[in-house]
Amino acid sequence: MTVSVALIYPDLLGTYGDGGNAAVLAQRLRWRGYQAEVLTVPAGSPVPTSCDIYVIGGGEDLPQGLAASKLESSHALHSAVERGAVVLAVCAGLQIVGESFVGPEGKAVPGLGLLGCVTSTTPAPRAIGELLVEPAAQWAADGLDEQLTGFENHGAVTDLLPGTSPVGQVVVGVGNKDGTIEGAVRGRVFGTYLHGPVLARNPQLADLLLKWALGELPALDERYDFEPKALHAERRRNGPLERRLGGAREEASAMKARWATLVRRSREAVGAIKAP
Amino acid sequence: MPGRARLAAFVGGGLASLSRAFGRGSGSVVGGHVILAIEPQALRVFSAGRHVVLVSGTNGKTTTTKLLASALGAASGREVVTNVTGANLPTGLASSLAAARGRPSADAVLEVDEAWLARVSAQARPAALVLLNLSRDQLDRNNEVRHVAQRWRQACSELPTGAAVVANADDPLVAWAASAAGNVTWVGAGLGWKNDATGCPSCAGPVNFDEGQDEAGRGGHWRCAQCGLARPQLDVPSRDLQISLPGRCNQANALMALATLLALGYSGEPVERASAALATVCEVAGRYAVRGTVEGREIRMLLAKNPAGWAEVFDMLSPPPTPVVIAINARTADGHDPSWLWDVPFERLAGRRVVATGDRNLDLAVRLHYAGVDHDVEPDLVRAVEVKNERADVVANYTAFHQLLARLPKRPET
Repeated sequence: MTVSVALIYPDLLGTYGDGGNAAVLAQRLRWRGYQAEVLTVPAGSPVPTSCDIYVIGGGEDLPQGLAASKLESSHALHSAVERGAVVLAVCAGLQIVGESFVGPEGKAVPGLGLLGCVTSTTPAPRAIGELLVEPAAQWAADGLDEQLTGFENHGAVTDLLPGTSPVGQVVVGVGNKDGTIEGAVRGRVFGTYLHGPVLARNPQLADLLLKWALGELPALDERYDFEPKALHAERRRNGPLERRLGGAREEASAMKARWATLVRRSREAVGAIKAP
Repeated sequence: MPGRARLAAFVGGGLASLSRAFGRGSGSVVGGHVILAIEPQALRVFSAGRHVVLVSGTNGKTTTTKLLASALGAASGREVVTNVTGANLPTGLASSLAAARGRPSADAVLEVDEAWLARVSAQARPAALVLLNLSRDQLDRNNEVRHVAQRWRQACSELPTGAAVVANADDPLVAWAASAAGNVTWVGAGLGWKNDATGCPSCAGPVNFDEGQDEAGRGGHWRCAQCGLARPQLDVPSRDLQISLPGRCNQANALMALATLLALGYSGEPVERASAALATVCEVAGRYAVRGTVEGREIRMLLAKNPAGWAEVFDMLSPPPTPVVIAINARTADGHDPSWLWDVPFERLAGRRVVATGDRNLDLAVRLHYAGVDHDVEPDLVRAVEVKNERADVVANYTAFHQLLARLPKRPET
């Protein structure tokens, strides 16, 4: 059996590298001995209804509206979800699969209704930077118990409706709206603001989605997860610091070093004047 | 020149010299901050009465500026001032123009950050705008490439009468922005990376590219199936130029430089001199240059800071077994989010020797791991290029490139 991962409209919703999520899922299956394929579905093509997992990424306002109207009229994603398929929707993708979002004209337009969430505009500045999330306790049973790391970059805010749960609590960053909760999950539809791509930075989450699609999976040989786990640990350590500094850690330390040099040289200069 | 502007230039220039004396770089940025604080209209004041050409785009700004500066100087016989490498924000531009205030007859060719072009153009009142290409880059700062195109369109609609726009007609985002200007020279410069151009910049409808295009995206038409926005009629079609820089992207940069001369009214013998000058440029701010390491190995330096840049670099790499060292940072000038690595088809490097380095060597390592590319990881930049080989190609993004340039010795004289 070949497991199929559909990458939906990367030409419209592929701005932030989220297509990598599909590659990660397929590769983690192949490393476990499965046959896996990524089906890339450009905006002009029909969306297949028989895939196991659907991956939708982030994009810009105008293409987002176009993607939503195409998915709404084809109804293919609805059929797939009714059949039990897994959906990973990131950023603009999360907004599209919700009840409504802000269209290119600035007015609310209906989404696909696969998640109970409503996205609206905010006067707050765009949420940009490293994001760290403590996953809800309910995911631990499926193997997701480590903090999720990623990069958020969105202008709108998302409120959840009853029946849809958050992915978890924000530790560092903004998340859905105000630094409290992040993401939206209902059934097997998983929505998040985490880029990175999120599955490249959080191998546990990749395996959770695979488990939803295929049931219990054989463990992955440690050599395949060495680098993904190292990246996860490094980002968990440094990401929050970078967010608080509003930039890269290295720049902050470089600035400190420059300042120290300037102070030292000034002291030397003053000392040289005083000496005679 | 008003007294305040003179004071601004004097104090800013003085500070820049101090900064240089302290070994803190060119001082162009700190000087520019002071100049703009004293005289907020510095760009307007120091550009007044001077022929100013602004060059912008996601990729190729620095190279095209260097090519155009040497071509324009050869054609006109006048001095050309240009900005210090990378100082392409208003601060750096103010510094460069202030430093040239004693040379009023010199022309200015300045590279401008794509997000700042509209504001700079409104003050500098350029004789020409050179618009190269637009694609995803530093999305944590620029948010959406469409927003940048929108601001360019604004800049084009507000140009002084008679000002020329030289635009790459093969890039739909550029073409849409430039079509707001009155006087456009359309150039067939090609477009290798099309993933930011498949949705129409005007209506988001699907843009169809002709089958007739070559690999570099040259020689073919594009058209939006929804609103009909299409490639404009070319004034300067693509052709092969005699240049020393490698790769098709530099053919495009040189063509844009030459087209700018035509747009500025040059023809005949001066253009021939300019073409000859283009061929003499063989290194641009350390790029394409060969450096030695302490062990005497030859290191060729290439810059690629986004997927469109990488699309060009793959074809410039030396053939195997030359190792490829890739250095990735995610500092402010690079953009803090390196997820664009997943838009680069690193699968093409499978079977080669690859070393991952830079601040974000782990993000790169994971990308290569999932792409099935064997690699070594060495966080330290200099140790990473000291590979067990006589030579190596280094591909680095912006700040990693400049770190390496500062730490590697120039090629020893042999």
